[in-house]
This record gives sequence, C-alpha cells and structure tokens, in this order.
Amino acid sequence: MPENTKNMPTVRGAKISKYPIEHFVADPEDTPIQATDSAVSTEAPVSLWLEAWRNLRTQPLFLISAFLILAVIFVALFPGLFTNEQPNAQCMLANSDGGPAPGHPLGFTQQGCDILARVMYGTQSSLTIGLFATLSIVVFGGTIGAVSGFFGGWVDAVLARLGDIFFALPLILGAIVVVQIPFFRENRNVWTIVLILAAFGWPQIARITRAAVIEVRDADFVIAARSLGVSRTGALVRHVIPNSLAPVIVIATISLGVFIVAESTLSYLGIGLPPDVMSWGNDIFSAKSSLRSNPMALFWPALALSLTVLSFIMLGDALQDALDPKARKR
Amino acid sequence: MARFLLRRFLQLIPVFLGATLLIYFLVFSLPGDATAAICGEKGCTPAVEAALREQYNLDQPFWVQYFLYLKGIFTFDLGTNFAGQPITDILARVFPTTARLAIMALVFEAVFGIVIGLIAGLKKGKLFDSTVLVFSLVVIAVPIFVLGFLMQFVVGVKLEWANPTVSGDATFTELILPALVLGLVSFAYVLRLTRTAVIENSGADYVRTATAKGLSSRRVVMVHVLRNSMIPVVTFLGADLGALMGGAIVTEGIFNVNGVGNTLYRAVLNGEAPVVVSIVTVLIVVFVLANLLVDLLYAWLDPRIRYA
Repeated sequence: MPENTKNMPTVRGAKISKYPIEHFVADPEDTPIQATDSAVSTEAPVSLWLEAWRNLRTQPLFLISAFLILAVIFVALFPGLFTNEQPNAQCMLANSDGGPAPGHPLGFTQQGCDILARVMYGTQSSLTIGLFATLSIVVFGGTIGAVSGFFGGWVDAVLARLGDIFFALPLILGAIVVVQIPFFRENRNVWTIVLILAAFGWPQIARITRAAVIEVRDADFVIAARSLGVSRTGALVRHVIPNSLAPVIVIATISLGVFIVAESTLSYLGIGLPPDVMSWGNDIFSAKSSLRSNPMALFWPALALSLTVLSFIMLGDALQDALDPKARKR
Repeated sequence: MARFLLRRFLQLIPVFLGATLLIYFLVFSLPGDATAAICGEKGCTPAVEAALREQYNLDQPFWVQYFLYLKGIFTFDLGTNFAGQPITDILARVFPTTARLAIMALVFEAVFGIVIGLIAGLKKGKLFDSTVLVFSLVVIAVPIFVLGFLMQFVVGVKLEWANPTVSGDATFTELILPALVLGLVSFAYVLRLTRTAVIENSGADYVRTATAKGLSSRRVVMVHVLRNSMIPVVTFLGADLGALMGGAIVTEGIFNVNGVGNTLYRAVLNGEAPVVVSIVTVLIVVFVLANLLVDLLYAWLDPRIRYA
C-alpha cells in the first residue's frame, strides 16, 4: 500500500476528500492476465471461410442447391448426353403440339421439335448470360463500390450519384430502351444481352460493396497495415476487399438468378435473344401462342428456368447464413 | 426540415439530369437514325427525311437537341408520335391506369408482405415460417409471365372469378387480378425483408427493456419491433414503385391493360424513339419522387435520423 498519500499533489480549487485515497495494486500472480497467458487454445484458429464451409456442409439447403447447380452446369456443358434428339434439325410439323411419344418423353413444340432436347440445349445460353452478367457486375460494380467507400469524399459523392442515375432506371426498362437502339437491334446475341444486363445491374452491387468496405475501412488491422507502411491502394486491395467480400458474394449469387429471369423476360417480350438462339426464354415466347392447346410446351422450359433460378437463390440464402456469424449464433 | 427537404431535392437534380441525358444519348445519338423507323424499308425521299429530321430536331447538334427536349419536359410539350398524336395526350390517357395498377400492387405487397413477414419473424423456425419462406423462394424464382399466365388461366378462365382481360376503362375490380400478379414478386421480397428485420430486432436491447418494464407484448411488437423493422422495407417499397410502373410491361401485356407498359412496348417495337424517351422520363420522375418520399418517411420511423 503506498504511504505517501498525504503528499499527493492537489488540484487547486478542487475539493479534496477527507479520507485518504487508497491505491491497490494486485500481485502479478493474482491477475487474470496470468490466466489468459497460460490458457492454451486446443483448436487452430479458423478463418471465416473455413468456418462458413464447415457450417455449409451440414445445411440441407446448401447441399440441395449446390447439387442442382452442378447438375445444371453439367447439362449446359454436355447437353448431348441427355437427349438423342437434335433440338432443331429433326423438327417435323406432323408432330406439332404432340404429346409424349416413345423417345420423346416431354412431347413436342408447335413446330414439332422435341421439347426435352430444346430444354437441354437451351440451358447453355441462359446460364452463360447469368454467369457473365454477374461476373461483370461484380468486377465493375465491386470496384466502383470499393473505391467510393474506401476513399470517400468527392470520389464517393460523384460515384454515388453516377450509381443513382443508373439505379433510377429499372433493369427491364433500361434493357428495353437499349435493345431498341439500332446498333443492339442488329447485333442481338448472348454477349450484347450480357452487356445490357450488366450496364443496368451494377449499381446494386456497388452499393453493397461500398457499405461493406466502409464497415471494414477503419478496422484495427487496416490501420495497423497502413502504419506499417502499406500504401492506401495496397491496404484496399490486400486487407479491405478480402474482408468485405462476404455480402458481395451473397448478392452476386442471387443476382445470377435474377439475370437469368431478366434474360427470359426480354426473350419473352421478343426483344431478347434472336429466335435462332436456343434459350428457355425463347421457348416460352414461342409456346405462348399455343398456350391453350399445348400448355406443356410452356411448362417444361419454365420449370427448368424456375429450378435453376431457385437453386441460385437458395445458394445465396445458405451463404448469407453461413457468412454472417452474427445471424448464426442466434 | 425545410433545409433537409431542399438538400434532398437538390441532390435529385443531378440524378434526373443524368438519367434523362443517358436515355436521350442512348436513343438518339448512337449509330442508326430514328427517321429510319418511320420511313421503313423502302426509305423516304431526301426531302421527307429532311423534314422529319427538322420535326424531331435531329438536324441540331446533340446538346441543342437535349436542351430542346428538356425544355419540352418543363413546358409539357413532348412532341408527337409518328402518327401525329401529341405524346402528352397519350400519357394523360394511359398514365392513370398504370398508376392505379402500380399503387394497388404496392398496397397489396406492403400490407400482406409486412403482416405475413411479421408473423413469420415472430415464429422463427416454426412450420408457418418455413412454409412462408419456401413459398417466397418459389415466387421469386418463377418468372412473372409464367405466374401471370397461370393466374389468368386458373382464376380467369377455369374458376371464372375475374375477367381474364381488362377492358378500356380498367376499373378497380378488373385490375385486382393484374395487380396481384404485378405485386407478387415484390410481395415475396417485402415478406423476407420484414422477417429478417423482425428477427434481428426481436433480440435488441430496447425490446428486452420494453418487455421488462411491463409493456404488453402487443405494444412491444407493434411499436418497438415493427416500427424499427420498417426502415429496410420502406426503402424497398419506395424504389419498387418506380420498378412496378416500369415492370408492368409484362403484366399489362398478359392482361391486355392499356397502360404505360403496353404503350412503351408498342413504341419500342415500332422504333418510336420520341415516345420511348418521354415515357421513360416520366417513369424516372416517379422513381425519383418516390425516393424523396422514402427519405421523409425515414425520419418519421427513426427519430435518430436527423433532418440535417
């Protein structure tokens, strides 16, 4: 116990307590620091991603959606393995709107084409569009969002307004306007549709990335990196972006499904992919006119489309639960 | 309050100018000519083409065209379509129909989405909650035109509860079915947003405090949980009003509603660029104003957000 309490300096004007101030300092042996130091962690530290993976492996939602997605990707890569029919070459008008027949389990379209073959071969364009549109918005929107969140100030203000401008145009509306531009009207293919969807889809992912980056930007490990001499851009690329990826991945997964729906909506309106490209949207569009007499021609491509979209949305859901430790603990 | 309003309003100006400029640029200044759509495949004589270019200001430099167009917006003179009808007349005819449709859809998705989302969130993990979640996923995944045809076929043709198509008057009862279809996907989103927010807020300290100080559970849920859960929902609904009006293209096509979407679709197919630009501009204005309204609602919902 310190003995010189009487000679402690006093603050002028302040009222001093009449009781001596006692200072108590615990012995080092009794401090909890000792206990903390001696505690040995039996588990190796686990990263967010490994922990998320362990959690995901046990989730039925994730397993089902992952299986469906792998199956869809496989069909898109090798459609010929699932049907003996050629989707376009063997169309017989004699089979128009025909029901299921031997070798043609799903029946025929109005043009007498095998529905199963068309659904299988149509997978590719829908999936390609979804995948590449999502990749583009993650790269473009993600960069814009990360830069505007990290640097702030006028850069943020300008980029946020730019995002607002594109955000003010709903995806389908913007796509419709662009599609009627003569250049796009004459060059309708998978890649121009990807371009159009990405052009009006990026602001959302930019907003999500910006919010995630702002959350991480002032974290201790970023300040530590900066004080160790890492440049601003280096800190952004090496520390901030990897730690704010989780919400971006979730939204990107869901966007993939949304883009597939958007493509089919454009094709349904007759302004998406040209009729000679096989896609679910085009098949639904051509089945529309014979809906009352042959509803199955619309049902099967719509089912394939819905299952694919559903599996991407379910995957997004599962990832969200796995990557958000706060939500998991509850 | 007035300063806050003014600031938000000023922030909208660059968005409005940027979006209209973007649309105008996309439609009028990329390769290809709007007159080609009027003249068709045969082509016009140079004299007719020159007259058309003058009529639609295409003979002016781009910036002059854009400013003439902006002037037209503020003087309610949007020019004419290719058939010579003033575009303002067309809009005055079709806009109320779509506005009615979109607002009915918005009310449907807001009321049902919030109520069902609240119940699901309070009963997290129960059978009701899981059923609702699966249902919402299916609704989001099935394209709206499939849902539309299905509802039209089942409710309109088989059960004959409603007319499968809408007449020119577009009365309230006729629009119920299309509004349900239009609002269905957003309903699923509202439901999920409300559910997530309710689950998050149910564990908050202020909810525990409210329960601990003896408030009835009804008051805790309605005032403390629900009101605090409304912020993401209101944001979504505000942005959705614009999307509903623009996204009505498919629904209006299925149910034959003579609204903005159908007019826009026809204009796109005919290549009537001036009509397309005007309609999209009106939709942008709706979107921007709806977002302004959302900002005001924020401050009412969450007093921590200051009018600064």
